[in-house]
Amino acid sequence: MAIGLAHYLTVAAILFTLGIFGIFLNRKNVIVILMSIELMLLAVNINLVAFSTHMGDLAGQVFALFVLTVAAGEAAIGLAILVIYFRNRGSIAVEDINMMKG
Amino acid sequence: MTNVPDFLPALPEILMAAGAMALLMWGVFRQCDARETGIGAIGLFVLVGALLLIEPNEAVQTFGGMFVVDSFTKFMKLLILIAAAAAIIMSFGFIRHEKMNRFEFPVLIVLATLGMFMMVSANGLIALYMGLELQSLALYVIAAFHRENARSTEAGLKYFVLGALASGMLLYGASLVYGFTGSVQFTAISGVLTAEGPNIGVIFGIVFILAGLAFKISAVPFHMWTPDVYEGAPTPVTAFFGGAPKVAAMALILRVLFGAFPALEDQWQQIIVFVSIASMVLGAFAAIAQTNIKRLMAYSSISHMGFALVGLAAGTPEGVRGVLIYLVIYVVMNVGVFCCILAMRRKEGYVESISDLSGLSTNQPMLAFLFAMLMFSLAGVPPLAGFFGKFYVFMAAIEAGLYPLAVIGVLSSVIGAFYYLRIVKIMYFDEAAEPFVQPLPGELAAVLGVCSVFTLLFFVYPAPLILGAQTAVGALLP
Repeated sequence: MAIGLAHYLTVAAILFTLGIFGIFLNRKNVIVILMSIELMLLAVNINLVAFSTHMGDLAGQVFALFVLTVAAGEAAIGLAILVIYFRNRGSIAVEDINMMKG
Repeated sequence: MTNVPDFLPALPEILMAAGAMALLMWGVFRQCDARETGIGAIGLFVLVGALLLIEPNEAVQTFGGMFVVDSFTKFMKLLILIAAAAAIIMSFGFIRHEKMNRFEFPVLIVLATLGMFMMVSANGLIALYMGLELQSLALYVIAAFHRENARSTEAGLKYFVLGALASGMLLYGASLVYGFTGSVQFTAISGVLTAEGPNIGVIFGIVFILAGLAFKISAVPFHMWTPDVYEGAPTPVTAFFGGAPKVAAMALILRVLFGAFPALEDQWQQIIVFVSIASMVLGAFAAIAQTNIKRLMAYSSISHMGFALVGLAAGTPEGVRGVLIYLVIYVVMNVGVFCCILAMRRKEGYVESISDLSGLSTNQPMLAFLFAMLMFSLAGVPPLAGFFGKFYVFMAAIEAGLYPLAVIGVLSSVIGAFYYLRIVKIMYFDEAAEPFVQPLPGELAAVLGVCSVFTLLFFVYPAPLILGAQTAVGALLP
């Protein structure tokens, strides 16, 4: 069986869903949430590269490179915010993030 | 050999990017405080604003059609610039008293504004994403800028996690739209969709993109972050969040829907109608029980975004004009209200509970009057500016035949009036509390004065704004 576009899209969709579930179902700590966000962005990259090769159009791969760059910046800022949060509260457990209701 | 793109249309953005870096250098080498870089940032905004004003009005595309400049982008950028400058001016007093006097603060606002400019001018999915992320990353940092304060850092963390989730969804939608239309450029996408009609992949893509953008304007069902972030973030930052980013995200929604997906209006109209109704109703009911004034303003902003979306749901030029007018009026009222909130300072520090306002009219009659007037305007009482904002969007909805939407809108506006008027009641009829520190810092009083005059006297001479919005809409909807 040849691996076609649909297979890549399915993998990407599964990874993306896993990422979203990882954010909402995770009760442990915020690092897992950061990993889930990364997973979502990588799923999008698979999508973009798969479409790009399928259509023979380079724009998708350029887009994927931009996404990678932004994902790195986003991870850096996320970890920085996490560090100052930990300094204030001494915990990064998700259930402790409750100073404000909601 | 590729030819060099035309850089001239992007000159305001280039100037702002260079200016932000120069300010950063200035701050590092001079070891100065936020006031100095803040004044520098305002100077930069004035320059950029002047550059925007002298730019020609006709539509120009550059960078392979990814970047567009026309009278719509000009209108939105000027509004964003004013909102951002007001936020910097309002922050001067706060950062001094609250020990967050670090020079990076105005620089981050400049960078966020640059991201918003990019969002407004984006004419392709890549440009859209890059602008959105530049804006969001700067905003995550300034939400957590008061880094010794647990609530501020918690606000930053929550905003970051939910914001990253939203941009992930937007990005997934963008990848689907790219895959099913074969282009990342809005004009090309629109061409393909007009020729081939809707398909399920693109509709999924639109839903994801709208979900990501609805998060940025804090529309229901993606509003969960708003109350917490508004409450936790430092007050000038909250004032900034309430204005400029919403304008930029709304501009982006308009550009995406009318630039890339005009052929799918039937599909996206349903989404917008739902989001609009849900935001108006939730904003009206959830604000009633609040005790923190910043949290109340968060719910107020949710319902105001719902009202603005009413005009978009109509999908007509009048409706979009209504959205633009609504945004201008909303930004001004929002800045005014946050000036009043920043005036709530006692000797021991800033207070933000609604009960702290009680009896304000006996201690500071002028401040109480302006606060009350802004509340009446937010509630939409004529002849104040807030009424006209609502009037234009509801008229557009009625002309487009969306009667249920208009009726629900007016009803939720009536319910919303309850909590605005409750604040007026507390200020005028309750036992006087301990007075606030007087007098107001000069710059705060000046911003409050300008906003109040605009709100109070808008009905006397509304023509320039309406005409400006009309021209802007002409560029968006040919």
